[in-house]
Amino acid sequence: MEVKEEKTIRGASGVLRRISGPVVTAVRLEAHMYDLVKVGREELMGEVIKISGNDIIIQVYEDTSGIKPGEPVVNTGLPLSVELGPGLLKSIYDGIQRPLSVLADKMGNFIERGVSAPGLDRSIKWDFKPTVKPGDKVGPGSILGEVQEMNIIHRIMVPPTVKGGIVTFIKAGKHTIDEVICELDDGVKLTMMQKWPVRLSRPVVEKLNPDIPLLTGQRIIDGLFPIAKGGTAAIPGPFGSGKTVMQQQLAKWSDAEIVVYIGCGERGNEMTEVLTEFPHLTDPKTGKPLMERTTLIANTSNMPVAAREASVYTGITIAEYFRDMGYDVSLMADSTSRWAEAMREISSRLEEMPGEEGYPAYLAARLSEFYERAGRVKTLNGKFGSVSVIGAVSPPGGDFSEPVTQNTLRIVKVFWALDAKLSQRRHFPAINWLNSYSLYLDILHDWYAEHVSHEWNDMRAWAMEVLQKEAELQEIVQLVGSDALPEEQQITIEVARMIREVFLQQNAYDAVDTYCDMTKQFDMMKAIRKFSDLAYAAQAAGILPQQVMSVKSKNDLPQIKFIKEYKPVLSQLLEQMDKEINALRGGIQ
Amino acid sequence: MKEYRTITQIAGPLLFVEKTEPVGYGELVNIVLFDGSIKRGQVLDTSDEIVVVQVFETTAGIGRDSGVRFTGETIKMPVGKEMLGRILSGGGKPIDGGPEIVPEKRLDITGAAINPFARQSPEEFIQTGISTIDGMNTLVRGQKLPIFSGAGLPHNDIALQIARQARVLGAKESFAVVFAAMGITKEEANHFMADFERTGALERAVVFLNLADDPAVERIITPRLALTTAEYLAFTLGMHVLVILTDMTNYCEALRQIGAAREEVPGRRGYPGYMYTDLASIYERAGVIHGVKGSITQFPILTMPGDDITHPIPDLTGYITEGQIVVSRELHRKGIYPPINVLPSLSRLMNLGIGVGHTREDHKKVSDQQYAAYAEGNDLRGLVAIVGKDALSERDRMFLEFADLFEDRFVRQGRDENRSIEQTLDLGWELLSTLPVEQLVRIDRGLIEKYHPKFRKAPQAAAQAAQR
Repeated sequence: MEVKEEKTIRGASGVLRRISGPVVTAVRLEAHMYDLVKVGREELMGEVIKISGNDIIIQVYEDTSGIKPGEPVVNTGLPLSVELGPGLLKSIYDGIQRPLSVLADKMGNFIERGVSAPGLDRSIKWDFKPTVKPGDKVGPGSILGEVQEMNIIHRIMVPPTVKGGIVTFIKAGKHTIDEVICELDDGVKLTMMQKWPVRLSRPVVEKLNPDIPLLTGQRIIDGLFPIAKGGTAAIPGPFGSGKTVMQQQLAKWSDAEIVVYIGCGERGNEMTEVLTEFPHLTDPKTGKPLMERTTLIANTSNMPVAAREASVYTGITIAEYFRDMGYDVSLMADSTSRWAEAMREISSRLEEMPGEEGYPAYLAARLSEFYERAGRVKTLNGKFGSVSVIGAVSPPGGDFSEPVTQNTLRIVKVFWALDAKLSQRRHFPAINWLNSYSLYLDILHDWYAEHVSHEWNDMRAWAMEVLQKEAELQEIVQLVGSDALPEEQQITIEVARMIREVFLQQNAYDAVDTYCDMTKQFDMMKAIRKFSDLAYAAQAAGILPQQVMSVKSKNDLPQIKFIKEYKPVLSQLLEQMDKEINALRGGIQ
Repeated sequence: MKEYRTITQIAGPLLFVEKTEPVGYGELVNIVLFDGSIKRGQVLDTSDEIVVVQVFETTAGIGRDSGVRFTGETIKMPVGKEMLGRILSGGGKPIDGGPEIVPEKRLDITGAAINPFARQSPEEFIQTGISTIDGMNTLVRGQKLPIFSGAGLPHNDIALQIARQARVLGAKESFAVVFAAMGITKEEANHFMADFERTGALERAVVFLNLADDPAVERIITPRLALTTAEYLAFTLGMHVLVILTDMTNYCEALRQIGAAREEVPGRRGYPGYMYTDLASIYERAGVIHGVKGSITQFPILTMPGDDITHPIPDLTGYITEGQIVVSRELHRKGIYPPINVLPSLSRLMNLGIGVGHTREDHKKVSDQQYAAYAEGNDLRGLVAIVGKDALSERDRMFLEFADLFEDRFVRQGRDENRSIEQTLDLGWELLSTLPVEQLVRIDRGLIEKYHPKFRKAPQAAAQAAQR
């Protein structure tokens, strides 16, 4: 995984031989796979994706209309890279890291072609505070200093490709990102910006086990189907299932410091909704706009297909860069199905032998490569950071057996099955508790036992069992009605209903209920379980289930969701519950 | 301009031309027949050795002796304000006997993507006068909302009614209709034209007609010509443009035909793998731009082969557009017009355009409640078929009756009946009032007390009745 920062430019220029949509062929060009090239007189950006004899096959990130055979092709000798440094936060980029605001300034409301725009603004002066001094030894990935970028401390690091050495010169104060701020004894000059090829993962010391949950404050996620920091999850997004709200909740509340959102091949108007909404969302932890710790990448469905293919790599490279500073990053890709379709389109232009449903045979490999870039790591500078990847899939016709969904499910460890039926019944978040799963339960077992309660893991298992039992019982109820069930099972159904309505349903728009920490989740679940135990005991003592179910304290339980200081109210309710049910039992005796 | 006589192969709509000077990708091509007549085409693939040209008209008469001229520019069309009121062929030539279009500008028909950063969130409510759309699946300016229909269903009437009645409340702005027909029959076209003329809509319309017997390949450019015109009217002249594209299924068939002729690797059901991107390049040409006066709202119409909503055409369309209006054969058989089934229909931008400041505060709740009640009633119909109506509980029977009432009163309306949003919402309340108040769980008490007919003060109700 060796990357040379500045390769010499070889065989700098060739000519175009064939143009067929976004795929063009050049000859007399010396090139390596994934080299970035400039195509035609308008210097459109492209990338080498196949070499066949003398033919160099290039995918072009912009519209190729009017380009002729015989026009020049210039090889930059560098792979497609992103610029990493202060200025990434709050930015909105297209798939190849061109800031959309700069594009709008340069070419108006429509995206024309042949305009290049650097990813980072060269005019801003950042206040650099060194943390090393001359004479210190630094290595690849070492932290040189800090820049305050809004609320985030942006750590300036030695690029992983630089061998390192003794610092001979370091300069504090306000600098732009291309000014030299540090020199090493071997003469290497460093700026605050570094470049990294998007298709390569950034090196780390080691990958760690993802044994800390990424807490989201969403009960169904943290409580039942948790994702680990550095984990991977998939959300299918059928029409109208509340995917957008769900993603915003994750962006707002997950305990990741940095959010990277990739809008890949989605609707323009919906992207606009994200672009207009995100800046208005407030970060609940700091009270500042959420955008101040977010990078957005927007490549809508009608923007060039090759740039769509590149957009997920651009996004994850930015995420890895922040991870290397020691941050927890959550990355959302919406939607990976559109990305897979971009691969399919390019593959078919290359006349490759198709795999399933016309997708290229390497679909599974690309998907797993991408998700494998998630993880919790020890960084080169000895810090701990993570990239958690949450990918949306949009199965055509809602058919989960299609290749993208299937290959994704084989890799990701968490599946949050958003269900349009639940959202039609206004059960939010509309995650189906029977179809969802999390494979992090075992690895997170100890964390929950230690940080929440040693009872938690049992309680979770109990809740899942009740829900499962309810699903079975519901089938009977639909045939014979609930009155025909044995009393004990009537209680089971009632307890399951409480789990669903009190615990699982959560109101994203309520100031208190929108976020629920683990202590409260535990207390809520414990209260439900307490009722369950009391109810079964009462039933065994001969009390009618209807009587138990109609006790006031139980019906008042849902209100604690909306109370911030819920503890006194809850303990009072539980006390009352004891009394009420005891009273019922007293009535019998 | 140099003319080549080096055609080596003609396959379906494609010509293969050898030994040319460098030719640009996407260039416009003129093919000169022996009698001097000219056909048009576009470069699909270009290289030193061979150029592949897709001909937009029938290839009848083209032979190896035909001449090929490359124009050196991509397909551009002349646009101007004068286009309003004109009828053009699917290839953009006037067919109404009028003069050629005097261009104010010549624009590339592929268009460019709107920068997502420059887009403005659509939020202006468009009143179509159709209750199932306004009340349940609200359309907003800048949206693309397709009609998913089936063969033999009255989707054209619905489209026409929308074109006739659509307006933004309280606004007096210039607006226009761009109508693009792809592969529809002459009879259908006449129906559209007669209606445009009857209502005087033609004056503010631009019509592109590619009929069933016109070359299929021409359909590839028809929607692009229409949208280029729409963009000019909207973003240069500041008009609010409604674009009706019918029938997108014919467009996709043409796309498949070309794919097959090029011997491309087919995707699902033989449609090309790039169909998603191709459709996106059409549907995404809708929207509102910051600081620009006009807007483009799209109403593509497509007939689902075999009424199958998972067929690649409706499926890929649904992933690009912001919802869909589904026309139901079942409702049509019951004699209900417009037979719009609200259950699978959806407007993804609805919430942006309703409520206080847009329509009325109770809009969302009334819509949710009607939706839920109708869904429940509709589910019960299946049960009734098995166990009979008598086996239902009192409550279930009420929902069953609500479903019937909903279809008969709310869905059904006249072809010229233009209901205001207040009428639509009040009608919704009227129907909901057949259910007990405690069953209206989706509506808060405050709204019920304000709008429920039972709670409305008698004089107020009387006054409203008099108004009607």
